[in-house]
Amino acid sequence: MRMCKASFALALAVGAWGQGPGGYNPVGPGVSLQGNWGPVFHEDAHERGPGPELVNYLGLPITDGARMYGLAWDASRFTIPEHQCEVHIVSYIYRGPYNLRIWEDRDPVSQRLIAIKQYIDNYQQTRTIWMDDRPHPPDAAPHTWMGFSTGKWDGNILTVYTTHLKWGWIRRNGLRHTDQATLTEHFIRHGDHLTHVSILTDPITLTEPLIKTQDLVLRVQNGQTWLYPCEPVVEIERPRGTVPHYLPGENPFIHEFADQYHIPAEAALGGAQTAYPEYESKLKQAGTK
Amino acid sequence: MRAVAAVLALAAAPGIVLAQGNSGELVTLKVQGNVYVISGAGGNIAVQTGDQGVLVVDTGLAAMSDKVVAAIRKLSDKPIQYIINTHVHPDHTGGNVAVRKAGLTYVGANVTGNLTDAGVGAQIWAQDNVLKRMSAPTGQQAPTPFDAWPTETYLTGRKQLFFNGEPIEIVYQPAAHTDGDSLVIFRRSDVVVAGDIFVTTTYPFIDVDRGGSIQGEVDALNNIMDIAIPGLQDEGGTYIIPGHGHICDQPDLLEYRDMVTIIRDRIQAAIKKGMTLEQVKAAGLTKDYDGRYGAKTGFGTADMFVEAIYKTLTRKK
Repeated sequence: MRMCKASFALALAVGAWGQGPGGYNPVGPGVSLQGNWGPVFHEDAHERGPGPELVNYLGLPITDGARMYGLAWDASRFTIPEHQCEVHIVSYIYRGPYNLRIWEDRDPVSQRLIAIKQYIDNYQQTRTIWMDDRPHPPDAAPHTWMGFSTGKWDGNILTVYTTHLKWGWIRRNGLRHTDQATLTEHFIRHGDHLTHVSILTDPITLTEPLIKTQDLVLRVQNGQTWLYPCEPVVEIERPRGTVPHYLPGENPFIHEFADQYHIPAEAALGGAQTAYPEYESKLKQAGTK
Repeated sequence: MRAVAAVLALAAAPGIVLAQGNSGELVTLKVQGNVYVISGAGGNIAVQTGDQGVLVVDTGLAAMSDKVVAAIRKLSDKPIQYIINTHVHPDHTGGNVAVRKAGLTYVGANVTGNLTDAGVGAQIWAQDNVLKRMSAPTGQQAPTPFDAWPTETYLTGRKQLFFNGEPIEIVYQPAAHTDGDSLVIFRRSDVVVAGDIFVTTTYPFIDVDRGGSIQGEVDALNNIMDIAIPGLQDEGGTYIIPGHGHICDQPDLLEYRDMVTIIRDRIQAAIKKGMTLEQVKAAGLTKDYDGRYGAKTGFGTADMFVEAIYKTLTRKK
C-alpha cells in the first residue's frame, strides 16, 4: 500500500511535466522548427529590396500622430552616424532579406524546452523565445530590438508574445511604432514551408492591429551569408546635434507616390480605411481615379 | 555546466530583477558592472556597490525613503558613503535626509572646520546651484531641512571620484532641465545617470523658473550621446539610467534627442514667422509625439514643453 501511494505520487509529479501515456515525454508539445530558413523573396519583393516609396502609407492603420511623424521624417536621417546601424525591429525584420536559423535550448537533464532561439543574419540578431513560462520583465528593464518574447504551443502553432521593444519601423519610409508596442506572432510549419504571422499593436501609432504574413522555406544547402558587420561613418559634415527633418507642411515628396500611381494623395497617406476593399468604392463615389 | 553558464550569463545581463515587490513598491534591477537602479520611489535611484561601500545617485521622494534605504541594504551592507544629487527636485532629493542618516563619512585628522558633525551620515555631492536652491540666504527660511543639503559642491566643469575601484565623473550640464544638473558617469561599469535631462516617460520638464532652457537641454542630450557608445549591433554598450522610466542605451536616447531637437526646430521656425505662444500651442506642433511623451497631468505635458521652449528661445539675452 505504501508503494502504491508512492507510485501514485510519482505519476502525479510526472504528469505535471506534461507527459502522455507511456511515461515521461521530454519533447513536449508542438513541432520542431529547427533548421535554416530563407524568405520567399518574391513576396513583397519591393518592400524587401529597394524599400517602400516615400510617403506611401497606403493600407497601414496609422494614427494622425504616426502620419505626422512620417511626414517629418527625412531619409537624410540615415546619414547621421548614430542612425546608420539601426537594427530592423523584430516586428519588421522578417520582411527583409535574411537567413533565419532556428534551434532549441533544452535542459540537459530533463530535456524540457527552455527556449526556442533564432538567429537572423540581417543585423546579426539573436532572438530568444522563452518557453518556460517565465514572466516578462518589469517596466524599468531595457527595451531591445528583438524585445522580450515568451512562447507557447497552440497545437502545432508556436504563438509568441513580445514586449520591451524599442522604437522601430512600421515601414522604413518614416513610419515608426513606439517602444510601447507589443507583438503577437504565430509560426506555422507546413512541411518544408514556414508561415510567419505577426500582429503588431501600438495604441500610439496604430488605430488597429497591423497584421502581416510572410513565408519561408527550409534550406538544406549551406553557404548562406550569416554576417552583417556595420560600422557608422560621417557621410555629411553637419553642426553637432543636427537632425534632418521636414517642418510641418514642407515635405516635398508628399505627392510623389500618389502621382506616380495615379491615386489620390489622401489614399497614400494611409489610415485604417485604406486597408479595406470598401475604400476603393468610396474613392470611386468621390470621383477619384 | 552549460546550465550553470546559462544562469550566470543571465545574471550578468542588464535588467535582471533582483527584487520586486507588489504593485506600487520598489523594483531593483542590475544595470551592469557595479551599478543598479531602484525605480518606483519617485525619480530613478542609481546605486553603486563594492568593497569600499555604497554610492547612491539621487534618493527619491521623502515619503519613500524607508523603502529606499531597505532596498539599498538588500544590495549591500557596506556603509553608504556618498550621495550624489543630479538636480534639486524633491523626487530626486527627498530621501537625502534618511539615506544620509543611514550612511557615514570616514574622517581623520586632516578634516578642517567643525569636527563635531564630521562622520555623521554620508556626504552629499551636487552642483553648487542645488545647494543654493535647497538652502536660503542667512535669515530666511530654507525650503528643505539642513540635513538634506549637499555637503560638498562644485561650480563648473566636473568633479571626480574614485570609489569601489571605479572612476566616477560628475559633469555639470548648464541650464538644461534646471541650472544645477549633473550627469554621473560610472566609467568602468559604463553607465551614465542622466537625471531628468532624459526621461522615457514624458517630454522633458524644462524648469525655466529654476534656470532650465531648451538649448541647455539639447546640449546635454548631445553630451550624453557623445559619451554613450552602443554595443554590438547597435544595442547595449553604455547604459543610461534616465531620471524616470526604463534603463536605456544610445538608440533609445537617440530617439529622444531627435524628438526634442525636432520640436525645438519647429517652434524656432514658428517664432521666426512671428507666431505668439498661444498660436504655437494651437498649431499642434507636437502631435506626432504627444501620444508617447505628452503627460496628461503634472509635469511633462505638451503645453508645458512648448511653453518652456518658446520662453527660452524668445528670452532676451
